[in-house]
Amino acid sequence: MLKNIKNLLVATVVMGLCCTSLAAEEWDDGQIKDTRELLKGKRVGFVPLSMGIDLGQVWLAAMERDAKRFGYEIVVRESSWNVQNGAQAINQLIGEKVDLLVIHPAEVQAWAKLVNKAEQSGVPVVQVNMKSPNTGDAYVGANWYDSARLMVEQIHKMCAPENGGNGKIAIVQGVLTSPANYIVRKSMDDFWTEYPGLEIVADQPADYDSTKAKAVASTVLKQHPDLCGFLGMWEVMDMGVAAAVKEADLQGKVHIVSSGGGEKKSSCDNIANGNFDAVVSYEAEDVGYALASVVTSLLQNPPKELGKNPIGVYTPSVAITKNNYQDSMCWDLESVKRNGF
Amino acid sequence: MRLGRLSALSQEQIVLGMAVVLFAVFALSIDGFLTAGNILSVIQNVSVLGILGAGMAMSIIGRGIDLSVVSVMAYSVAWTLSAFNQDVNLYLALLMGFGFALAVGLINGILIAYIEIPAIFATLASGTAVAGFGQYFLVDTDVVFVSDAVGRLMSIGSGRTLGVPNSVISLAIVAGVLYWILHRTVFGRYLFAMGDNTRAARVAGIPVRPMMVAQYLLTATIAFIAGLVTAMAVESMNTRVVNSTLVYDVILIAVIGGISLSGGRGSVRNVLIGTVMIGVLLNGMTMMNMPYTAQNIVKGAILLVAIIADSFFNPRDEQTSQQGDI
Repeated sequence: MLKNIKNLLVATVVMGLCCTSLAAEEWDDGQIKDTRELLKGKRVGFVPLSMGIDLGQVWLAAMERDAKRFGYEIVVRESSWNVQNGAQAINQLIGEKVDLLVIHPAEVQAWAKLVNKAEQSGVPVVQVNMKSPNTGDAYVGANWYDSARLMVEQIHKMCAPENGGNGKIAIVQGVLTSPANYIVRKSMDDFWTEYPGLEIVADQPADYDSTKAKAVASTVLKQHPDLCGFLGMWEVMDMGVAAAVKEADLQGKVHIVSSGGGEKKSSCDNIANGNFDAVVSYEAEDVGYALASVVTSLLQNPPKELGKNPIGVYTPSVAITKNNYQDSMCWDLESVKRNGF
Repeated sequence: MRLGRLSALSQEQIVLGMAVVLFAVFALSIDGFLTAGNILSVIQNVSVLGILGAGMAMSIIGRGIDLSVVSVMAYSVAWTLSAFNQDVNLYLALLMGFGFALAVGLINGILIAYIEIPAIFATLASGTAVAGFGQYFLVDTDVVFVSDAVGRLMSIGSGRTLGVPNSVISLAIVAGVLYWILHRTVFGRYLFAMGDNTRAARVAGIPVRPMMVAQYLLTATIAFIAGLVTAMAVESMNTRVVNSTLVYDVILIAVIGGISLSGGRGSVRNVLIGTVMIGVLLNGMTMMNMPYTAQNIVKGAILLVAIIADSFFNPRDEQTSQQGDI
């Protein structure tokens, strides 16, 4: 019996030796060794708006997939929707001399100076999905101008007099200074002439908060019971608008065009259940793929002069509507959480 | 009285007057304001604020304050919903959320009554702690969606009964029960005594410490109810509400209705008047399509006026450092 166990042990050790040595001998295709060498032990600081939303979670999952395979580390410091928290986190990560910073700014100007500071301290910066005016070394994410155009196009299809509507629409904004909100709202003004016949009867912010959005929408509906449609700015907030429309028994009569990341629960399910008529998605999962590649590229080839030649990777904006909707147009956060990216 | 005839008016009456004037101005100047539907929506849109305000009023009357209500509201209900979404039985999920709210209320009460930390600091800290704890252990997304499977529970926040929005009915029920507690029970009478003069109340044999604990258990309960009403109204619970200025709005409606911040004064009626006033204001400003920042100026100015009026009509008593003329 004892001998058997001894033999077993010897066999295990031998097998262990054989296989670890095998694993170490990775086939050298002329690149992989250098790639591993360059990426190993690097640290990437990630400052998302929040890890409580689909965006932060899917982007982290995307970056971690590569980080795990190539032995580098993603350090997450949430800003929790708070500009100050985020600024603190960025400052600290700069102090820790991370090899790359990935930031998701909540405000147009607030972190602009910090991008410069990072560069002066030798830390390259990637901004994801929303950006300060100065890019840093890369921007990966939505083209908000495109999103705005698609949103206006969608509401025009539903509400313009030439398409059988009365043209009366209301805009429910999020936080006025958030880059997404700021660019989308400004850009919309460029498209009213291209898509004529729409009249904005109300334009109110609701702080990306569904409860406030519901209050604003229900008040607007009381004043304009013949309203044709709402333009929202974020799916989660716009669920409040949908609740107000449902409550006023106007579902199907008052249209809602929203915007979001194309996640199943937030985007597709809300089209399927009739809450929204259209969601303009910037494909957050695609942003994740692109972000992960940009991160591995910049870690291997840090720019010689930081901030001089930034890269732009813009994901396509897609309108998911009642007519073209398919489950496959959305990605599923639950499955990303279960199975990884 | 050296203030002359004006002082014959209580702050409550002044605010009611202001609400009536605002109402008249809006009714004359805004199309669609004076419709039955809009009048109900005025109250409906502030019903959650009113529910929280009623709870806040009770704690202020007992010379306390509860700044943790918004965190408790957000995370107790978010936990209930996320447990339910993960196939926990609805009643068990509700019990879990309610239990969590009560636990926070209990901790608040013990901190304030027995360890004698001022209520404003104890609840400020516990509110932050609840938000952190909730984010880390209870729910992993900022927004938890309500699935249709909750069934009849939905009706406490959305839908109508006999033409009245259910959230308004929820507000009426909470206000009615609180009114009964404050004005028809021994607990209520003790609470007023405690708020008026805590030491005298203790000397008189009122169990001040257990009363305080009960007080915070009650505000936590009301926060849980307010959270359910919110969640059912918009089919989701957005925990990010803890970062908003909601708690100040709650204090605003209590104070603006004439509840003295130094305790012992006020009634549920004050909160309802404050709620209606803010409701009329928000509704009218939205209908006028007034810019957001300007709305904040108006809201802030009104809070200041209300606080100034409070110290004007309830001047500080030098001997008890208590406001009012006891």
